[in-house]
Amino acid sequence: MKILVTVSEVAEADDEFEIDGLSIDDRYLTYDLNEWDDYAIEEAVQISESRDDVEVVTVTIGPERAEETIRQGLAKGADRAVRVWDDSIEGSDLLDSNTKGELLAAVAEEEEPDLILAGVQSGDMAFASTGVALASTLGYEWGAVVNNLELDGDMANVHRELEGGVEELTEVELPAVLTIQTGINEPRYASLRGIRQAQSKPLDVKAPEDLGVELGESVLSLTSLEEPETESNVELFEGGAEDSAGQLANLLREKGVDA
Amino acid sequence: MSDILAVTDHRRGDLREVSFETITAGRELADTTGGDLHLAVINGDVESFAESVNRDGVDVIHTVEHGDDFNHNVYTQALEQLSTDIDPKYVVAPHSVNGLDYAPAVAQRLDYPLITDAIGFDAADSLTVTRELYNGKTEAGVSVAEDNAFLTIRPGEWEPAEGDGSATIDAFDAAIDEADVGSTVTGFEEVGSGDVDISEADVLVSVGRGIEDEDNLDLIFDLADALDATVSSSRPIVDNGWLPQDRQVGQSGKSVTPEVYLAIGISGAVQHVAGMKSAETIIAVNNDPSAPIYDLADYGIVDDLFDVVPALTEEFQ
Repeated sequence: MKILVTVSEVAEADDEFEIDGLSIDDRYLTYDLNEWDDYAIEEAVQISESRDDVEVVTVTIGPERAEETIRQGLAKGADRAVRVWDDSIEGSDLLDSNTKGELLAAVAEEEEPDLILAGVQSGDMAFASTGVALASTLGYEWGAVVNNLELDGDMANVHRELEGGVEELTEVELPAVLTIQTGINEPRYASLRGIRQAQSKPLDVKAPEDLGVELGESVLSLTSLEEPETESNVELFEGGAEDSAGQLANLLREKGVDA
Repeated sequence: MSDILAVTDHRRGDLREVSFETITAGRELADTTGGDLHLAVINGDVESFAESVNRDGVDVIHTVEHGDDFNHNVYTQALEQLSTDIDPKYVVAPHSVNGLDYAPAVAQRLDYPLITDAIGFDAADSLTVTRELYNGKTEAGVSVAEDNAFLTIRPGEWEPAEGDGSATIDAFDAAIDEADVGSTVTGFEEVGSGDVDISEADVLVSVGRGIEDEDNLDLIFDLADALDATVSSSRPIVDNGWLPQDRQVGQSGKSVTPEVYLAIGISGAVQHVAGMKSAETIIAVNNDPSAPIYDLADYGIVDDLFDVVPALTEEFQ
């Protein structure tokens, strides 16, 4: 069995940051493995550990910088990785999900996985659409926002996490793309041995044209980026932790809160 | 080709509130394009749903009956066929868990650019959508270079549509290809019904990522004991397995309306806020003054929770 995991590197902004034109100044950004993808990798690695002959391959659309993040996935147990990039992708503000789906589908067509796991969304752009767009492009079945997964022959029995503490129980035919919600498992930390081994695992780089994909003009672009105006009417208690806790205690007593 | 198609959302026999918000967003789009607003009502008791969503500003309601519950394959096929039929300029759907399960597939099949989780838009000229980027820390304008687009809208951002409408109701004869229905909903489960019902509590001490470590939760329980309050949490605490699911406040957890909601180490992500914004008094303890929880809080302490919480507990002992 082969499992393909889509892995993104995301940018996280510091609490304080400056916007430079249409992006956050790089000094205030930290790049890391997307939180949802961490759970997707863990799910794939757990499946590979619980049965024989499972290969876990990751695929990332990202620049060379992302290789550090990709190695994290390899250190956690993925067997090899594919990275897709070229200047035409670099030049686009925002890759739309149809384009991402097309690029990832081209990799999936080469790999022919039985199961594809994607994070529900990326922490930075948060479109929450790549996995299902990929499934549709590829002609695979799918399930979005999965927080429980059991494989049963050529089916995946999943729980989809709906709003308000309700889960939908769904049977999904394989091959399928499932988008993985946080909390489905406990992602491991990479071991030192894993980190060492990751350095020698294969990481192939492909351009869209190697995959037979011709990218057109970008259909989405950023026109503005700003910090949202705060609508705060908060009354702050000040004067250090002890003092402010005392003031808060008085407020709580006024509100009738007391043991 | 200036019509708008809006998609309604229902679950286990009930229309969801976001359906009415989607009608409002759809009407706004139709007003700028000068076209009609079409609604799609798919599966369930479509006749009664159609009657409920027949609000002011809706021109045509298309019903598709092919099962009781949501099924993404049925939604995808029906919306693709309906869109081919009415050729909408924009399709708009809720940014709900079910919306996420069909919108990207429909957009892919129609070759419409997809912009999700919209919190505003300007369709006067070409379409520019406002949405958050970087984990809610920024708002971006995203412009669409094509004539068509598929939008999903964030729940709670548009007012629900009101007033009786006089829409035409049309039973749309979608040709659902069963061979292409590869998913089956077999049931539903309510998660975590333990001993504690946070939605009944008058005072909630709610803990978030700022607590850093499972062992530190003792601080929170000590405070809750001193206040005779109940402990709840934001999502990361439950994801880490530190508290059971029935303690989670937010979109995917419970909605709570206590008299006092004390948010400790909670940044106030939109999914969390959805579950607690109706609390009577909201108090935040968070050392980041720019955390979105302060947009909502009535009172706050911008300081280290590890200093504030023990001092507050002390006050009540």
